[in-house]
Amino acid sequence: MLEYLIFSILNTLVLGMLLFMLSSGLTLIFSMMGVLNFAHASFYMLGAYFGYQISTVIGFWPALVIAPLLVGVLGAFVERYGLRTVHKYGHVAELLFTVGLAFIIEECVNLIWGRNAVTYPVPQSLDFPLFTLFSTEFSAYRMFMLLISVGIFVVLYLVLTRTRIGLIIQAALTHPQGVSALGHNVPMVFMLVFGGGSALAGIAGVIGGIFLITEPAMAATLGPIVFVVIVVGGMGSLTGAFVASLLLAAIQTFAVGLEYSITDILAMVGIHWDLGGVLGDLERIQLSHTGPILPYLFMVLMLMFRPKGLMGKRES
Amino acid sequence: MPILIRRYGIWAAAMVLCGVLPLIFKSSFSISLLSQMGIAIIFALSYNMLLGHGGMLSFGHAVYLGLGGFLAMHALNRIGGGTLPLPLELLPLVGGMAGVLAGAVFGWLSTDRAGTTFALISLGIGELIAASALMLPSFFGGEEGIAGNRMVKMTLTGFKFGKSIEVYYLIACWMLISVALMYLLTKTPLGRVANAVRDNPERAAFIGYNPRSVRTIQFTLAAFFAGLAGGLFAINYEIITAETVGANPSGSVLMMTYIGGVGHFFGPILGAVLVTFMQQSLAGITHAWLLYFGLLFVIMVLWAPNGLAGLIMIHEPVWKAGLLKRLLPAYLAILVPTLVMFTGVMILVEINYHLSLSINPDEPLTLFGIAFNAKSPIAWALAIVLIAVGFYFFRRMGRWVNQSWNEVTQLMKGDR
Repeated sequence: MLEYLIFSILNTLVLGMLLFMLSSGLTLIFSMMGVLNFAHASFYMLGAYFGYQISTVIGFWPALVIAPLLVGVLGAFVERYGLRTVHKYGHVAELLFTVGLAFIIEECVNLIWGRNAVTYPVPQSLDFPLFTLFSTEFSAYRMFMLLISVGIFVVLYLVLTRTRIGLIIQAALTHPQGVSALGHNVPMVFMLVFGGGSALAGIAGVIGGIFLITEPAMAATLGPIVFVVIVVGGMGSLTGAFVASLLLAAIQTFAVGLEYSITDILAMVGIHWDLGGVLGDLERIQLSHTGPILPYLFMVLMLMFRPKGLMGKRES
Repeated sequence: MPILIRRYGIWAAAMVLCGVLPLIFKSSFSISLLSQMGIAIIFALSYNMLLGHGGMLSFGHAVYLGLGGFLAMHALNRIGGGTLPLPLELLPLVGGMAGVLAGAVFGWLSTDRAGTTFALISLGIGELIAASALMLPSFFGGEEGIAGNRMVKMTLTGFKFGKSIEVYYLIACWMLISVALMYLLTKTPLGRVANAVRDNPERAAFIGYNPRSVRTIQFTLAAFFAGLAGGLFAINYEIITAETVGANPSGSVLMMTYIGGVGHFFGPILGAVLVTFMQQSLAGITHAWLLYFGLLFVIMVLWAPNGLAGLIMIHEPVWKAGLLKRLLPAYLAILVPTLVMFTGVMILVEINYHLSLSINPDEPLTLFGIAFNAKSPIAWALAIVLIAVGFYFFRRMGRWVNQSWNEVTQLMKGDR
């Protein structure tokens, strides 16, 4: 039990920090521009594929730097030539533009790298067990992921609170007109934030593509989860996104290990109750299989009863 | 008499068209295509009741199509088994009722706010239902879905519904009825208030309409028509799987409605017809059809936010003023570089798909009847040259189009 607990906590941290890398960019973009970026997870996917491609040519370490930069530049281009064009038609058009973009990126990935998952292995220098606890190994790569994401969290925090550009970004989150009146180039800030957020998603892709899987459907699987994170955390709140990332990762990690269904729990207290039909199905669902639906249930309930999210200051 | 023609002529024409089309296009492929178009038209129009008329951007509308379809399929199996006395022609109503029930519940839960909150709740509900569809196999049938047999003894009309043409006429009838009902709905006070709530919920609340109730009613009615389309889907395909409630159909109905145009009633009809046609014809020819579809969608979002219907309707005053012929030369001129550019894009896309998907990439690839090796640099160079040349002339001709537009608008202003 202790073993299960410790490793679940470690895995929660690894997955949670990965989710945070994705959701921090998305929540900044959302609160600044009011655009729910459906293509954010697609930038994550692009990061993974760029990382894979570059690491097959010149190795993993250069890929870790180059791939996110490429994704960031691409993101900035998308903001400058795509989003800014549709901005005049309102938020729905902006949102639909990102939906279409996500669609196109997925098809382009199909086009270039094929429909199956690519083999994107753990780099050799990190491919060893770091420590063994109660006969379970914890790989060095997971620790590396954890370190990278914590490092990025710290850098992001310092940039946003200690630098000039960070202060301008924070001000532009709530009062874009005021910031623009003070002579700052707000569209430029938007472009930087969009590019930066995309680059963060790109890093998450480079390291997450190895950890999870690199396939054309990876954006569609992770995308809604990232939305759940920013909704639960509260739109525009980085701390909220951090807490919600860990929370969701915990739900996903812990639920996987619990193979109980209502039937089993009832049987434990001595009740044998066999329903037919849909109720019978419901009764037999194991907790470990509820992993895919719990986040959405969480999101829908949150939006209905507390649209501000856990830490948000305002409603969307 | 002229008034009657003007008012009802278009409906009569639509009825005649629906009746005559399968007599012209007789192949089984075109009949099934027409049936799918009929279902897509109902579904897209019902989606537009949310997006276009009610200002609710939904990412989970397929839930109501799917639930309607599943319930109709269960009912169909009951009819076949003799335990449910219902003629097959009325089966879509069962789907509609499923839509109403689900729509009333989920609608009430999600319509407190419009905008992003609504969009996210609809996305969440869609994902929830899609994920639970695989967990509840006794209703959704697990991975294989549920199959049925539409050739039941209970019918009103005496048709056996063994032939696809009979199913087509059933779909066409329901399509015409639904289109008429949805059109009439836009003329009722409810339809008008829904527009008011879309444009300014606060004002609507001030004059005494609860925005949430209005949205819920609109949502429920939209879900009814989606469920009805689901019932027809069940009859048409005789099988329904958990994919029907998933994110893909929800996304494609959004795209087809938007491509058609949300601002005009007939827009979604255009979108449904065009997209279904593309889906069926292009999907057979090329693996890349989804890419072309996505490109079309993004191009519409970027440059024609009112969709095809919007593009047609801005020409109405020009046509009435008799100035359309002044625009034609510029339009024809821009068509050529557009086609050149598109050909270039297409060659690139097809080469890449050939290289990434075919078993032996060295096999020759055939495009426009010309077979060539996909790895040959000539093909790549040709594609890039076509795109570049096309783009250059597209920009130049684009200026001409703008110029002609300005002249025409000036002339029309002068007329007044």
